[in-house]
Amino acid sequence: MITVTNISKSFSNEIVLDDISVVFDKGKTNLIIGRSGSGKTVLMKCIVGLHEADKGSVIFDGRDFTKMNFKERQDLRREIGMLFQGGALFDSLTVEENVMFSLNMFSEMSIGEKKDRVNFCLKRVNLENVNNLYPSELSGGMKKRVAIARAIVQNPKYLFCDEPNSGLDPKTALLIDDLISEITKEYDITTIVNTHDMNSVMEIGEKVVFLHEGCKRWEGSKEDILNSSDVHLNDFVFASNFAKKIKALTTRED
Amino acid sequence: MRFLSVFGEYVIFLSRIFSRPQKPRIYLKQTIREIESLGLNSVGIVIVVSVFIGAVITLQTRYNLDNSWIPLYLIGLTARDTMLLEFSSTMVGLILAGKVGSQIASEIGHMRITEQIDALEMMGINSASYLILPKIIATMVFNPFLTVISMAVGLFGGWMAAIVTGALSSSDYIYGIQYWFIPFYITYALIKTVFYAFIITSVSAFHGYNVRGGALEVGRSSTRGVVYSSILILMTDVILTQLMLA
Repeated sequence: MITVTNISKSFSNEIVLDDISVVFDKGKTNLIIGRSGSGKTVLMKCIVGLHEADKGSVIFDGRDFTKMNFKERQDLRREIGMLFQGGALFDSLTVEENVMFSLNMFSEMSIGEKKDRVNFCLKRVNLENVNNLYPSELSGGMKKRVAIARAIVQNPKYLFCDEPNSGLDPKTALLIDDLISEITKEYDITTIVNTHDMNSVMEIGEKVVFLHEGCKRWEGSKEDILNSSDVHLNDFVFASNFAKKIKALTTRED
Repeated sequence: MRFLSVFGEYVIFLSRIFSRPQKPRIYLKQTIREIESLGLNSVGIVIVVSVFIGAVITLQTRYNLDNSWIPLYLIGLTARDTMLLEFSSTMVGLILAGKVGSQIASEIGHMRITEQIDALEMMGINSASYLILPKIIATMVFNPFLTVISMAVGLFGGWMAAIVTGALSSSDYIYGIQYWFIPFYITYALIKTVFYAFIITSVSAFHGYNVRGGALEVGRSSTRGVVYSSILILMTDVILTQLMLA
């Protein structure tokens, strides 16, 4: 479980996050949704310490991350897997070397054991026979899957995914969503996903937090979203004419 | 104020680089790779530049000492002292600031904007130390060899120019480069080289590491890295010369 309390963040006097408090549950796929520029990525980066919050605290299962020193943060980050928006694969390394990277740095496994673990993780994300390819030789969806394999190779307790579907076609996006959801259940980890993809929300969102202009506007389950009376949330969820028509039809039927 | 703030950031950056390596064996492998990438791959440019500069120094000295009262072997001596005291350390340092410095700043800058550095941090790896310490060690270890190569090749270039143009005889040139030789000049040049290697690598890496934005900013950071490294090399040259030769 991750508890975020009163997190605020500004860049050059511009408030990007304003006093956000939220609890992300263990074993669930927690979604942060909102328009581009609403502060989703900044919130995620504040939680993992890639941005320093101006105030507030982040507690990982009773451990206050904001009060940790550099070394303690490094230790905690070994329990975190992170999937970046662009994949952030090391482009000078092969797929196998990418996934094996943290094992090389931190584990005392033999090379055979490490290869077995890498193959297991790649198989888990439905990738085989790609070990010797470089990231530039992979499609967008494959890159994301390699990034997921790299994120889970050390059996993380927490998984962070920043816009995992950006740039993917709807079918591949669904595959990635399902993979994240399955891994969350399988390893019983706390997963936080940033997205503005409503398909993802309806597919895997067990707990949804809606950000608007740096503030938390709404929190609930994916079922609650459709019945919410929050104007900004409705603007976001039913942005397209098609969605608006569906909403109108649903309301009429009710 | 801005200068103090940047200097403070640079000091903090250095303290992160020089913190205890997490897995020394991996750092050693990286260092060997960097010696190849930053050191061995610079041998060519150092040879080309040094041979021509050695030749030009010899020819220019010959034309400026066109006086029958001045012994010709002084041309060899001038070429030797110029190469040893200044060119092979400082000028080669400036050339490497352009080649190696821009390479380091753009490589690390690219890693920053594609979130590869964030990915390292999220694995619990000290990215500054992992990426930059091997580069610093590699250049501080290998650049003195480049300086020695530059000295040897530069003097050879001078000899070639003397022979081909008939500016002076081979025996005069060889006598000149041996005349009143002070071995400390080599030590002085090598010490300067080690300082320059540290400056080139750490300053360029600092600019690459702190890039914000996209490809344009990576280019700008690369330019800044080269410019600041070059200025610092020249300032260090003055200070070390005063300390070691005065």
